[in-house]
Amino acid sequence: MKVEVQLTGDEWVPVCGLAELTPGRGVAALLPDGRQAAVFLDRHGRTYAIGNRDPFTGAYVLSRGLIGSTGNEGMPFVASPLLKQRFDLTTGRCLDDPDPEKAVPVYATRSR
Amino acid sequence: MSTATENAPGTPAETIVLIGHGMVGQRFLEELADRGVTQRARVVVLCEEPRAAYDRVHLTSYFSGSSPDELSMVPEGFMERHGIELYTDDPATAIDRATRTVTARSGRVFAYDTLVLATGSYPFVPPVPGKDSAGCFVYRTVEDVLAIEEYAKNCRTGLVVGGGLLGLEAAGALKGLGLETHIVEYNPRLMAIQVDEGGGATLRRTVEDMGLIVHTGVGGQEITADADGAVNGMALSDGSTVATDMVIFSAGVRPRDELARAAGLDIGERGGVVVDEFCRTASDPAVFAIGECARATDGMVYGLVAPGYEMAVAAAATIAEGGSPAADAKTFTGADTSTKLKLLGVDVASFGDPHGRAEGCLDVVYSDSRSGVYKKLVIGRDGTLLGGVLVGDAESYGLLRPLTGSVPPAAPEQLVLPAGLAPATAIGPSALPDDAIICSCHNVSKGAIRAAVGEHQCVTVPEVKKCTKAGTGCGSCVKTLGLLVNDELAANGVTVDPGLCGCFSQTRQELYEIVLALRLNSYQELLDNHGRPAARGGDGCEICKPAVGSIFASLAPTIGADVYVLDGEQAALQDTNDHFLANMQKNGSYSVVPRIPGGEITPEKLIVIGEVARDFGLYTKITGGQRIDLFGARVDQLPMIWARLVEAGFESGHAYGKALRTVKSCVGSTWCRYGVQDSVRMAIDLELRYRGLRSPHKLKSAVSGCARECAEAMGKDFGVIATSNGWNLYVGGNGGATPRHADLLAQDLSDAELIRLIDRFLMFYIRTADRLERTSAWLERIPGGLDHVKDVVVHDSLGICDELEALMAAHVATYRDEWAETISDPEKLRRFVSFVNAPGAPDPTVRFVPERDQVKPDLTILAGPELPVRTLEGSSTR
Repeated sequence: MKVEVQLTGDEWVPVCGLAELTPGRGVAALLPDGRQAAVFLDRHGRTYAIGNRDPFTGAYVLSRGLIGSTGNEGMPFVASPLLKQRFDLTTGRCLDDPDPEKAVPVYATRSR
Repeated sequence: MSTATENAPGTPAETIVLIGHGMVGQRFLEELADRGVTQRARVVVLCEEPRAAYDRVHLTSYFSGSSPDELSMVPEGFMERHGIELYTDDPATAIDRATRTVTARSGRVFAYDTLVLATGSYPFVPPVPGKDSAGCFVYRTVEDVLAIEEYAKNCRTGLVVGGGLLGLEAAGALKGLGLETHIVEYNPRLMAIQVDEGGGATLRRTVEDMGLIVHTGVGGQEITADADGAVNGMALSDGSTVATDMVIFSAGVRPRDELARAAGLDIGERGGVVVDEFCRTASDPAVFAIGECARATDGMVYGLVAPGYEMAVAAAATIAEGGSPAADAKTFTGADTSTKLKLLGVDVASFGDPHGRAEGCLDVVYSDSRSGVYKKLVIGRDGTLLGGVLVGDAESYGLLRPLTGSVPPAAPEQLVLPAGLAPATAIGPSALPDDAIICSCHNVSKGAIRAAVGEHQCVTVPEVKKCTKAGTGCGSCVKTLGLLVNDELAANGVTVDPGLCGCFSQTRQELYEIVLALRLNSYQELLDNHGRPAARGGDGCEICKPAVGSIFASLAPTIGADVYVLDGEQAALQDTNDHFLANMQKNGSYSVVPRIPGGEITPEKLIVIGEVARDFGLYTKITGGQRIDLFGARVDQLPMIWARLVEAGFESGHAYGKALRTVKSCVGSTWCRYGVQDSVRMAIDLELRYRGLRSPHKLKSAVSGCARECAEAMGKDFGVIATSNGWNLYVGGNGGATPRHADLLAQDLSDAELIRLIDRFLMFYIRTADRLERTSAWLERIPGGLDHVKDVVVHDSLGICDELEALMAAHVATYRDEWAETISDPEKLRRFVSFVNAPGAPDPTVRFVPERDQVKPDLTILAGPELPVRTLEGSSTR
């Protein structure tokens, strides 16, 4: 099983084997146009991908954060490893700062 | 005369001269500055001692490692900031009230408009023949203490004249210097002023159990000296003699009023400059007297610092008002001499009328000589609490003192029973009236504390402390404060969720107990069975995952988890630094800090570090923990760097993670002419023993080879300071934003005793601390504080020491080098790539630019919004 990330339209890029991901953690993938995606796997086998750049520090590190889910809504997120702001893995919205500038891009994923 | 005075041209119209710069003098200056007086007036201070004001109350702490500088009471830059002229080593020698001038020993003459005497007191030396022999000392100043320490080096035995508060402190100091120590007290009991006969007997037994030799009801008849004039013994009034190499007089103090006498000011019958409620002398409205040299309106001369401070405030307020005090002005008419102190480790407290001098009063006494506890309450005929004495257990002081003068809400016999025996309903802070003073240092009432919770929304003791200042003086009320805050929160219907995070309603300590009791080693199992209902089945969060990961790691050998923190499910729990075994820096690169146990390193290893740094282009900096930090490694370079280090006999080290960081050391007895133990050897042993130990927060340590404390052990979570007899262990120190000096846990330990005690201490901390709670905050928070920790780890009061030691033994036996293990396993190495889909490609955003002959992160590339970076070529970005 390969994990794929959607670029634009129908363009999907394979990034790694599903077995290479550790539940609860992420990896960084280099996209063909030079962008970086952070790809995650949760404990139920669902995959997510967002931009790897942490908008608070500018560093390309979100793939190295810890993922979790919010207690009430069960919303999946990753916490930046630098200053711990959390980003919703489904919308890219920062849970700790409503400023739209602090949201990150989201990529669709699939495994096949 | 006026031509000779030191009044510079252009000086303000008003001059205030302060004679004496002790604690009270300094407080007076601070009060003047707070009231803006230093802006309008010239302030001159004449100080007899060679150093500015210092904390005389804690003079004895010099012997447990405080330096004279640390005792200073003067904030840095205080004199300069307020334009105060301080002349040290230059006492006033004469006051001329007719010309309003003061002459100093140096010949300087100062004209004054207002003169303030804060000359303090001098130690009383009884007129014993031989009192001037070499080896006789008093105990009052830093210089006295330095001289005692020096002379004691050649002594085996010491004798202290005086069994009061200061005498016991001096005796403790001599004992600490390793001398056989005698105490000679003229009264029939120790601390005769504060405690009654029963309390004195209990105190004596406890003091004797510590190895001090107590002689009461006898006086010194004569001090004998050898042919060189050095003390060799003392003959006592009961006909016996004591052989001793030195004598310290600590038999009370007398007011320093000789300048005032010579100047014709009124002096009290038993000494002391007579002052009114504004601390102005009865004889001259331009002259004030404050502190131990003053006789208050109640006829008393107070030898305690708190009343001295009150006088300083009253005098400064009056002077600030131009000498005509406002109607509601601060005054001083007498003080409450209630005290709670710890002498030689024994709690002693007295309050109100401890000796039952009131007519017709009655006693209620609880005495248990087996455990060294004595409590007496003095009760009036109508049931009013008049005072009391507490020895060995002064827990209830914080509640009893505020109740003094009222009829307590419970029967007096219930108030003296030990905790546990008394009915729970007997007494609590809820029983106190709103106007009861809880914090007597800052005069904070119960009502003010309730308001802090009810109106100012404080929900924790630290918040209440900040809001009201309560508990920030001597600290004796903090326990009562905690009970009050909880009561008040409950009364207001506020529930504070103590849970670790949104996933767990338990505290870290409760999770630790669950993990240990059930031998759980799966986070998912813990979350799904013990998490908050809504969090079960979820992915947890960034707070509880590392915290639980840390608990698993601390207990790994015991609960059957893998000792290697990145194995299996544990890998997903670790914070990023633990996951990559290095410290992430601001641009996503890492730093590597090779372990250098104790800071000792061979030239060959030093060269290897240099070569590794050079070959990988790493920025190099010496750390505060006696290591070398190598910055700027990309994630894919880490294994190669570790391989080079491992090959040279290093392991990488924890400069990250909630684990032991370093054990610093001074060079110790091997090289240093002052060292008394091999501090380097001990530091290496400790670092190797506790490396890799996961804990609620980082752990720092240091070992100093003598009391000069060059390794700064008192600022560490556990610090060790050598003594001539072994090691002293200090715990709970901290630097950083909230510095805290460590507390002494035990002294004169052998190597084995030291290690056993640290084992227990660390494991008890790991078991009971909150997440990210350093030992300093933990010691302040846990009920009972240092005393409780001491009871548990030194006296094994909970019977868990065997278990604590076994847990540590398991950790030590199973420690593995995480970095060597990682580079030897291809599976584990797979995560050390910049990109999962381009394992050879470095991350092009991790770039560096030159700075002072080394590199620093190139932040320009990180500054803008996300831009596609097309440069895949170029394997090196440097």
